[in-house]
Amino acid sequence: MMENFFISLEIMAEGMGGIFAACLIIMASVWIMSKLSGKN
Amino acid sequence: MAYLLEGILSVTWQQMAMYGVGLLLIWLAVKKGYEPSLLLPMGFGAILVNLPASGVIDQMMPGVGQVKGVIQWLFEVGIQASEVMPILLFIGIGAMIDFGPLLSQPVMFLFGAAAQFGIFFAICAASLAGFELKDAASIGIIGAADGPTSILVSQILHSKYVGAIAVAAYSYMALVPIVQPFAIKLVTTRRERRIHMEYRPGSVSRTMRIAFPIVTTMIVGFIAPASVALVGFLMFGNLLRECGVLKNLSDTAQDSLANLITLLLGITISFSMRAEAFVTADTIMIMAIGLLAFVFDTIGGVVFAKFINLFRKNKINPMIGAAGISAFPMSSRVVQKLAAQEEPGNIILMHAAGANVSGQIASVIAGGIIINLVTRYL
Repeated sequence: MMENFFISLEIMAEGMGGIFAACLIIMASVWIMSKLSGKN
Repeated sequence: MAYLLEGILSVTWQQMAMYGVGLLLIWLAVKKGYEPSLLLPMGFGAILVNLPASGVIDQMMPGVGQVKGVIQWLFEVGIQASEVMPILLFIGIGAMIDFGPLLSQPVMFLFGAAAQFGIFFAICAASLAGFELKDAASIGIIGAADGPTSILVSQILHSKYVGAIAVAAYSYMALVPIVQPFAIKLVTTRRERRIHMEYRPGSVSRTMRIAFPIVTTMIVGFIAPASVALVGFLMFGNLLRECGVLKNLSDTAQDSLANLITLLLGITISFSMRAEAFVTADTIMIMAIGLLAFVFDTIGGVVFAKFINLFRKNKINPMIGAAGISAFPMSSRVVQKLAAQEEPGNIILMHAAGANVSGQIASVIAGGIIINLVTRYL
């Protein structure tokens, strides 16, 4: 049980990091697209 | 004539309990209006699959052998074999979503990410409660506040709790107007909830609206390949909507396709609500952890917004963070209603809508990432 809990903590750290990374990259790409299209 | 009594005499108390669950779901759908398109088919299906020797699930018949049941067949083909039903539903969802409020204020993407915290909190809680890792992860995904994603992830991870997870996910999505205000008030002051936010939307070009689903699919595909089925079909639906040349297909996806799949998905998922699998102490535990997942999604989003405020001159109303869950458009409406309650005339709906649609994307990314991470440990 405790082993699974520690694995879960690891999944939490990696998972939240991954989601933020993905969202930041999409956010940056939207910003670049808006600059390229000359609007927003 | 003894055969006429065979059915009623063989009913177990667990099956009787499931008739009660089925009637409760139908009551919630009809009387309370909670996610009726899903809860009503699930409730009726729960009764169908729990009738003794029900003809909707596979049965052995003397002298004939095995006879196929239609709900079991639908489950095996539509969910177990390929998860085609929840995935196809994403085309309809994608076609319904207007990403405009998000594209005009891309910073809202961060709130979608933060509000997935409840998923991981629930995974930890389920692990501590003694669930196996694949089941804990499947229970955690209730926090995605996204029924199809919950069904898909729990099915891919071969969790034995698909039925309870689906019921929890859809029930709590319906209860967002009750759960979220409670959680928001736990971590915000009245003063914070009264913060005004100016809305200055930038115009979003058609090219950008068309490029967004394509670029997002590719980015998410590279980062979390297991999400491709979810994000890909969500964005495909959105591309149908935004391309401007497939109005008929877009309308069909939003209307006929989404309705048809929803109808079948509800009754199909009821296969996993057979008494022997559903009437257990684990189901109660799953419902409790699912509720925690929703509460901590909300808290995660709000606390992140408060953290961002530490560095900003123009403060964000922290309730915007709570709208980063996938329950669209309910969550943004709840946040707007709370803001207006605290101070009449305070309009933060478009900010909340931006965070809310980002939650749609972040929740499917979370689903893919969880599949990716958890399978490493199995």
